[in-house]
Amino acid sequence: MGTPQEAAAGTVRTSSDAASPDVSTHPPAGESAGVLRSTAVGPQDAVQLLDERGESRHDATFSPYVEALDAEDLRGFYRDMATVRRFDTEATALQRQGELALWVPVVGQEAAQIGSGRAMNKADYAFPTYREHGVALTRGVDLADLLKLFRGESNGGWDPREKNFHLYTLVLAAQVPHAVGYAMGISRDIAADPSTEPAAVTAYFGDGASSEGDVHESMVFAASYDAPVVFFCQNNNWAISVPFEVQSKVPLVNRAGGYGIPGIRVDGNDVLAVYAVSKWALDHARSGLGPVMIEASTYRVGAHTTADDPTKYRMMAEEELWKAKDPLLRLETYLRGEGLADDAFFEQVKNDGDELAAHVRKATLALGGADIRQKFATVYAQAHPLVAEELAWFENYEASFADATTQPSTTQASTPQGGAA
Amino acid sequence: MSNLFLFNLPDVGEGLTEAEIVSWKVKLGDIVAINDVIVEIETAKSIVELPSPHAGMVAQLMVAEGETVDVGTPIIAIGSEISAVAGAAAPAAPADAADPAAAAPETEVMKPLVGSGPKADAVKRRPRLGSASAVPAQGASNRAAPGQVVPVQALAAVAPPLAKPTHVLAKPPVRKAAKDLGIDLNDVSATGVRGEVTKKDLLSYQDQRTAEQDGAGTFWAPAKGSGLADDPRVERIKVKGVRKATAKAMVESAFSAPHVSIFVDVDASRTMEFVKRLKVSRDFDGIKVSPLLILAKAVIWAAARNPSVNATWTGDEIIIKHFMNLGIAAATPRGLMVPNIKDAQNLSLKELAVALNSLATTARAGKTQPADMQGGSLTVTNIGALGIDTGTPIINPGEVAIVAFGTIKQKPWVLDGEVIPRWITTLGGSFDHRVVDGDLSARFMADVAAIMEEPALLLD
Repeated sequence: MGTPQEAAAGTVRTSSDAASPDVSTHPPAGESAGVLRSTAVGPQDAVQLLDERGESRHDATFSPYVEALDAEDLRGFYRDMATVRRFDTEATALQRQGELALWVPVVGQEAAQIGSGRAMNKADYAFPTYREHGVALTRGVDLADLLKLFRGESNGGWDPREKNFHLYTLVLAAQVPHAVGYAMGISRDIAADPSTEPAAVTAYFGDGASSEGDVHESMVFAASYDAPVVFFCQNNNWAISVPFEVQSKVPLVNRAGGYGIPGIRVDGNDVLAVYAVSKWALDHARSGLGPVMIEASTYRVGAHTTADDPTKYRMMAEEELWKAKDPLLRLETYLRGEGLADDAFFEQVKNDGDELAAHVRKATLALGGADIRQKFATVYAQAHPLVAEELAWFENYEASFADATTQPSTTQASTPQGGAA
Repeated sequence: MSNLFLFNLPDVGEGLTEAEIVSWKVKLGDIVAINDVIVEIETAKSIVELPSPHAGMVAQLMVAEGETVDVGTPIIAIGSEISAVAGAAAPAAPADAADPAAAAPETEVMKPLVGSGPKADAVKRRPRLGSASAVPAQGASNRAAPGQVVPVQALAAVAPPLAKPTHVLAKPPVRKAAKDLGIDLNDVSATGVRGEVTKKDLLSYQDQRTAEQDGAGTFWAPAKGSGLADDPRVERIKVKGVRKATAKAMVESAFSAPHVSIFVDVDASRTMEFVKRLKVSRDFDGIKVSPLLILAKAVIWAAARNPSVNATWTGDEIIIKHFMNLGIAAATPRGLMVPNIKDAQNLSLKELAVALNSLATTARAGKTQPADMQGGSLTVTNIGALGIDTGTPIINPGEVAIVAFGTIKQKPWVLDGEVIPRWITTLGGSFDHRVVDGDLSARFMADVAAIMEEPALLLD
């Protein structure tokens, strides 16, 4: 659609029109031309279509996207969020049972992921971090495939070209320049062959990654080349143990103004609002108007990874505050209130989730183990003297163990933690 | 035959090697479903709950609460019935004993759960070839050996009480520093922006703690109030433990035994030379040697020549001891203690040196046992270690003599009509006059002094 934004809360306007900064001891810079005034989007501003109590709110720009949805679509949002949460529980348990080396929980961020994922077209392409399990679900990836990486079984786990869902990137922010490059490629494809289906790219990253230089460089390139990319930042308030206030003094969305691209801050726990703003942004990018930045304000309810313990750096009260803003709860309230879903539906969702969990468990346990020699074999396409030397060192090391003959090289994750008599 | 699954302790963090079993959430015979929480463990990173990977009945809890085990150690067995191994603790049914699973469960359970995958756990430390110590070092002490299964009731009995850690916010380096300093983070007031204990908080707490021990600068409280009972300028310390015992013993001694104290200045230059030679001798390599060693030897030698100093007064008898349990007064973290070296008369100089060292090390570590302090026959107090010249020591109850060893320092000394610098010390002695008369005490002290003047007399 690409309609111009109205003055919705949480959107960055191109002309600065906000009040002067609150400075008490230092004289204000004044009203002269050339003096930057203030941030356009404050910490309380965000696009919201479904509030914490499950009541809908109207927004002239974004509500029409939701009004176009039918009851089945809305139930689908809920089903996806519940499914990924159930999957997440199972994966966490598998890690605790020694079947995965690591797991990255997503609890709390379901709306940001399902909303943005569902807004994408089939031809659009997603570049995830390592936590986009919900987006993977909306793209049609078998969730069991996500666990291969975390078991050390595979460097990827799926074919990214099949569902236009890129492999997980563990290096912080590294996927963002990749996404921009891919988006610039789309522009060139269209330029070379105008019959190419227009598509956009979503670059996922977090509040922590926003401090990486890669993100800055990506935004510069995307703006300069009008690349069809949506920078989708899930601000979950914690970069492992670093709170957001340390990361940035103003909502991240304000940075969009510096690059001259539109920015939208959205309630990341409101799946309908996330869907609507993502749809708007993707349309904007796809129609050749250039990139958009979205900051989805959400919260990582659980640990950063299974190797992290959030009780060591944040208070329970804060977690409780955010649990009250749970994305599933408010949509359930809305669906029940509008008569769009009943007990039978929620029961069915729960059963389907358990079934998926059983499938994921079975598939994970069937993976067996990876051989580390395989890793040496895939460093270079051809034989390489350094790799050969390192492999020889490794073989020698392995042979130095007393139980070497009965102990082939394995990774931790490959080890079954139990056995049948 | 029944199925039996073993659950090995997983690495729940990244690269953790061990964890402590904090509490079991299931007991023998409980039915568990997949993902039911079975146990809470504490790793170097955090406390986590482990969900059951298997459905069935809890057959064995293989590690006691409070025990720390390596990653890869089997911690629980889950089967369709309580296994014969555990059943044997309660009088086992004969049928159980006949079950082949009872004989060798560990060989069978090592089979992988599913078709593929290697058998053993690569994470736990594997024995290395050509490293003899590696095998016993990692073994049985902290790993439940296969078949060495303790019934759950017994496990509960040996488990130490565990204080649930309180929720304190702090960054890992701060936690580490607190641990190193022996500070409980709960005691430190937090000033961090998010209510966390900062490094600064920890250090100021440490400073305050040190100041309490060594707070001369801030000791005097500003004058106010009148010195009444509730005067904030007075500090009340409960008398207990070693302080109480010391007070009782000293009163008993000082007011029941009439003390006579005598002093003698000694030229200890040859003792100093002797100590210096011993320090560099191959025979004493690695053994700490000090003038106290020579004094101890001198006291033993002199006591043999003046036996009544090595005695006990009972009221109607004087018990002369034909052995020397040489007491050494030592300041310890718990207070003053007087452990003694048993049968010190039988020890060679080298053995005596070793005994003195281990006595001092044990005392400093606060690990002196009551038995170490019983049956003393004569005591030496090394006040010279604190830089004091001499003093009037109080006899250790049950004994009749004590020798105070003052500091040794260079002083002007007249030798053959000339003033020359020599290493001088003062020996002080207190004696129970009921047993040891003035002349006897003087002879004993002169004998001790003689050895300090000329250690070669020990060869006599």
